[in-house]
Amino acid sequence: MAQNTKLTDSNHCQLSIVNCQLRAPIIEVKNLVKKFGRFVADDHLTFDVYPGEIFGFLGANGAGKTTAIRMICGLLEPTSGELKVAGFDGYHEREKIKRNIGYMSQKFSLYEDLTVYENIRLYAGIYGISRKVRLEKTDELLKKLNLEDSRDKLVGGLPLGWKQKLAFSLAVFHSPKVVFLDEPSGGVDPLTRRTFWDLIYEVAHQGITIFVTTHYMDEAEYCDRVAIMSEGKIVALDTPAALKSEFQADSMDGVFLKIARNKE
Amino acid sequence: MRTILYLLQKEFIQVFRNKAMLPIIFLMPVIQMLILVYAATMEMKSVNITVVDLDLSETTTRLTAKFEASTFFHVTRAQLSPAETDKILLKGSTDVVVTFPQGFERDLKRKDEASVQILVDAINGSAAELSNAYLQTVIGSYNQKIRAEMMGVPKFNPPQQIAAIPAYWYNPELNFKFYMAPGILVILVTVIGLFLSSLNLVREKEMGTIEQLNVTPIKKYHFIIGKMIPFLIIALLDLTFGLLVAKVVFALPFRGNILTLYVFTSVYLFLVMSIGLFVSAISDTQQQVLFVSFFFLIVFIIMSGLFTPVESMPVWAQKLDIINPLYYLIRIIRNVVLKGSGLLDMTRELISMSVYGLIMFSLAVWRYRKTV
Repeated sequence: MAQNTKLTDSNHCQLSIVNCQLRAPIIEVKNLVKKFGRFVADDHLTFDVYPGEIFGFLGANGAGKTTAIRMICGLLEPTSGELKVAGFDGYHEREKIKRNIGYMSQKFSLYEDLTVYENIRLYAGIYGISRKVRLEKTDELLKKLNLEDSRDKLVGGLPLGWKQKLAFSLAVFHSPKVVFLDEPSGGVDPLTRRTFWDLIYEVAHQGITIFVTTHYMDEAEYCDRVAIMSEGKIVALDTPAALKSEFQADSMDGVFLKIARNKE
Repeated sequence: MRTILYLLQKEFIQVFRNKAMLPIIFLMPVIQMLILVYAATMEMKSVNITVVDLDLSETTTRLTAKFEASTFFHVTRAQLSPAETDKILLKGSTDVVVTFPQGFERDLKRKDEASVQILVDAINGSAAELSNAYLQTVIGSYNQKIRAEMMGVPKFNPPQQIAAIPAYWYNPELNFKFYMAPGILVILVTVIGLFLSSLNLVREKEMGTIEQLNVTPIKKYHFIIGKMIPFLIIALLDLTFGLLVAKVVFALPFRGNILTLYVFTSVYLFLVMSIGLFVSAISDTQQQVLFVSFFFLIVFIIMSGLFTPVESMPVWAQKLDIINPLYYLIRIIRNVVLKGSGLLDMTRELISMSVYGLIMFSLAVWRYRKTV
């Protein structure tokens, strides 16, 4: 735990990881494969994610992280393998899965020509949230994000860091069981990234499972468990602390470099 | 159902927030009506006629005066040799040369029959045919016994004797604007409805915003309907504008029931937008949608009977019109506006369009994939 001194809130699930695993997994993935033509993007992925966890998918660009997250969210049809999210089948019950998840894509995908509030209203409406609840939650959210003055500003004019926080807050607005974040904090400075992770922890405390892909090693440290991907395969999966002791590294950066070298 | 309302609210905000959109929606119909109805005319006006009168008799003078009396002709008298006649036709400085030969009056009186030569520049076939027919009517009404001898200059346009004096119902003054205006209205609502809805959907693909919608439990048909209704309403608004322009500027008579027209147009728009949304469901970029829509639109317009009568097309082409949405609405709108036809007079068209529309709508919903 020595590495976590700077992260007061890190690994909140660490102590209770045993408790977490006693419960039924919220995401079950078994031998999941995705091929694009002859190219194998994801090669027999097998892992479980437990309720309340912050689960990280770590890997270089092109390792297959985004393909995996998109399959689990129901945006991509898997080629083969078993997939269950929130108890629903990833092939036949995709729409039921979608009721129970939130998703924040790599590319900012809220409507830039709508205001902050109009975006909130649209997505709240689609998830069937009542007007009363929506208004309450909106005030709360804007206050938390310090966006009260920007409620009626067009989203397109906000700085990237704010856009990302807004996108994340909207992804969990309907209180999903799991939220999927695909490289959520790309392109922003480390400080903004840190405050972004504060938001993630807050949501995790409410019991929402976090599934996050990243190629930032510092973000990997914030996760309860990390799967390291390389060329479409999961090459390591454990808590950051366990991975560091296994690979005799003092940071996730070191773990990642050692794994990369072993491959060569 | 409530989901659709939220989607509609979003679409309307986006449409009216887009500054380029308002001129498109409100200026386009007016400009299109004003320019196209005047421009796309086949009315016979100011056809240049050169009368070569070699007889200079009372009969020929009176006949020439009759040509001059017509608003369609712009008559020049000249004494030209056959070689000079050829020259001015070649140069294009005249459209028709009418030659009364020497002894025209004498022949008419003595043999009860006389010939007049009409040379028509038939490069524009339909204009030539019309001038031809018109001249013959004028001559024929003057004296049935004068035999017009026709020669189309490029000889692919054989002369025709027209004896019947038609009674023109529904558009007795043969006002071409009355004929064109409803057709141009169809083009107008088609362009607005088709392009706005289909480009809007594929734009969401390009921007990536569709992905955020695709991870929600939104129903596919909700999404498609949400893309349809706003532009249906805008297109009907444009129809109203266009009708007002036609009424005010062209004094277009409106014999039918206006509600009937809106019912037909709504069914039509449902069909056209379904086709458009189907195209955008299978496309990835606005460019692809534009190319495909444009291709079909041009084919549909030319085959629709807007400019040329469908009956003149070969039978196989007429059969193809069964899948041409414009063919239906142009027929319908002309009948409703000019004849006063009602829903019951055109049930066949209404049923065809509805069934066709439902098929295309199902295809659009089916092909719109929430997975990539």
